[in-house]
Amino acid sequence: MPSNVSAPASRERRHRRSLAGHIERVLPRLVVAPSLAVALFFVYGYMLWTFLLSMTNSRMLPQYDFVGFEQYARLFANERWHVAATNLVVFGGLFIVSCLVIGLLLAILLDQRIRQEGALRTVYLYPMALSLIVTGVVWRWLLNPGLGIQAMVRGWGFEDFTFNWLVDSDMAIYTLVIAAVWQASGFVMALFLAGLRSIDDSLFQAAALDGASLPRIYTRIVLPSLRPVVFSSVMILAHIAIKSFDLVMALTGGGPGYATDLPATFMYAHTFTRGQIGLGSASAIMMLCGVLAILVPYLYSELRGQRHG
Amino acid sequence: MANMVRRHTTSARLWRAGLYTLLIVAALVYLLPLVVMLLTSLKPLDDIRAGGLLSLPSTISFEAWSKAWGAACTGMRCNGMSGYFLNSIAIVVPAVAISSFVGALNGYVLTKWRFRGANLCFALLLFGCFVPFQVVLMPMARTLGWLGLASSTSGLVLVHVVYGIAFTTLFFRNYYVSIPDEMIAAAKLDGAGFWRIFWRILLPVSGPIITVTVIWQFTQIWNDFLFGVSFAGFDSQPVTVALNNMVNTSTGVKEYNVDMAAAMIAALPTLVVYVLAGKYFVRGLTAGSVKG
Repeated sequence: MPSNVSAPASRERRHRRSLAGHIERVLPRLVVAPSLAVALFFVYGYMLWTFLLSMTNSRMLPQYDFVGFEQYARLFANERWHVAATNLVVFGGLFIVSCLVIGLLLAILLDQRIRQEGALRTVYLYPMALSLIVTGVVWRWLLNPGLGIQAMVRGWGFEDFTFNWLVDSDMAIYTLVIAAVWQASGFVMALFLAGLRSIDDSLFQAAALDGASLPRIYTRIVLPSLRPVVFSSVMILAHIAIKSFDLVMALTGGGPGYATDLPATFMYAHTFTRGQIGLGSASAIMMLCGVLAILVPYLYSELRGQRHG
Repeated sequence: MANMVRRHTTSARLWRAGLYTLLIVAALVYLLPLVVMLLTSLKPLDDIRAGGLLSLPSTISFEAWSKAWGAACTGMRCNGMSGYFLNSIAIVVPAVAISSFVGALNGYVLTKWRFRGANLCFALLLFGCFVPFQVVLMPMARTLGWLGLASSTSGLVLVHVVYGIAFTTLFFRNYYVSIPDEMIAAAKLDGAGFWRIFWRILLPVSGPIITVTVIWQFTQIWNDFLFGVSFAGFDSQPVTVALNNMVNTSTGVKEYNVDMAAAMIAALPTLVVYVLAGKYFVRGLTAGSVKG
């Protein structure tokens, strides 16, 4: 009953309401604040920390007498880093191109009103649900010359068949490509399929009425409109390639020797097992630079695209 | 375009036959590793040594499975995968729950209670999706040591929560953006506050995105190897690390069937989730990757 409320009580209530209102106003910020603090510390702070470590002479334990960019000089003079960086280019390039080609092909084939499309899609995509360690273990079994695919094909009567890439230091890097493509190409297929489904059917019909052949329709109309999908696929795959660590550990262990080292395994080996924290940190920073080098142009074009359209 | 092709029936039939052949061959290639893994895990060692990756087992035996589960050696210990499997569960359950809940709250605030700097805040959080984890390994190892969480399950939960928030926030934000602001405004007029709106209005319609997020986080954390191998102790190693150790244990006779059974054990949880809820898995993949 408003008329019965005495003046002080109502003032107090108003005060309480404004206090509640105040809390209500800052509450959203309070809720997000911990996450932001976590990100600032555990992501940005750590990036800075690792950068600082890369400027020191830390070996088994982190210590902080600074030696400038000496570790980067050592890194670029390091034979093993060269192997790792070259491997990344070879592995990443082949991995991305193969995934795009296979993914696009499968998506186009699946887009022809296929019966059981759902089941086929499920089969192409299931490797993506597996751990890369499982993938590595399985492919190591398939590719081992003694009892794997080589032995199987020889058992069929092709006695001279050789497929021993896993133990051949010039070819071992391609085994990583095979396993990684098996794992990720179905995912690229899913992205392309979604892209194909979003293309307007009337485009197809118009082109078909004009007498364009199916291959022509695909190269002239479909592929150009899939450009954004290609773009984001490349960006995701490149990101996967740079971070590749599990697969190498399980499939080749970086071997034979260090023939299949990638930057991620180089970083791990130097930081945690070889007592070269400074050098390992420098390699981690180089990996970050690699990710930024693909991320920044991507974000730039994404933002520009949004502004224009 | 199918209509167009159907006009010339013979060539169309050939084309369809070729199409299905290609698709089925591709499917077989994708299935091959899983089939070989399963077959090998069910064979006695003698069958394996006799060769023939795809040959059927002479007798189906689950011995390799029970050894992989309870007695196989991972490094120095010979207790099988069971303990590590439980470790993974102990890491995954709290990490998924906490990171998903925090992500839901963040997404809610960043779309329905926008404050100045909300966009910047989101952008700062989002970068966590991209950072190569090698950059955070060494500082994280030090921090866990200071916190007294080194080599512990709680330490790994913390790590997975910290680096999972970026993804969960992204998922929930993109979902909540599409929920009409009018609903929130009306609830505010009715006197509903921050929490009430969250519990009563947003959460009840969040079913699909919760599923997507939980599946995504579950798959990511279950399959993690880098954090596990960097931060876990003997008693907190996840199943992926144990599998890798087992396969690389070089003492004694190499039991390929046990290795494959162990790989199956490590793979089954995420495979089952994928088969049961593939739709949500794919949605998470595309949402997490295309926009992320």
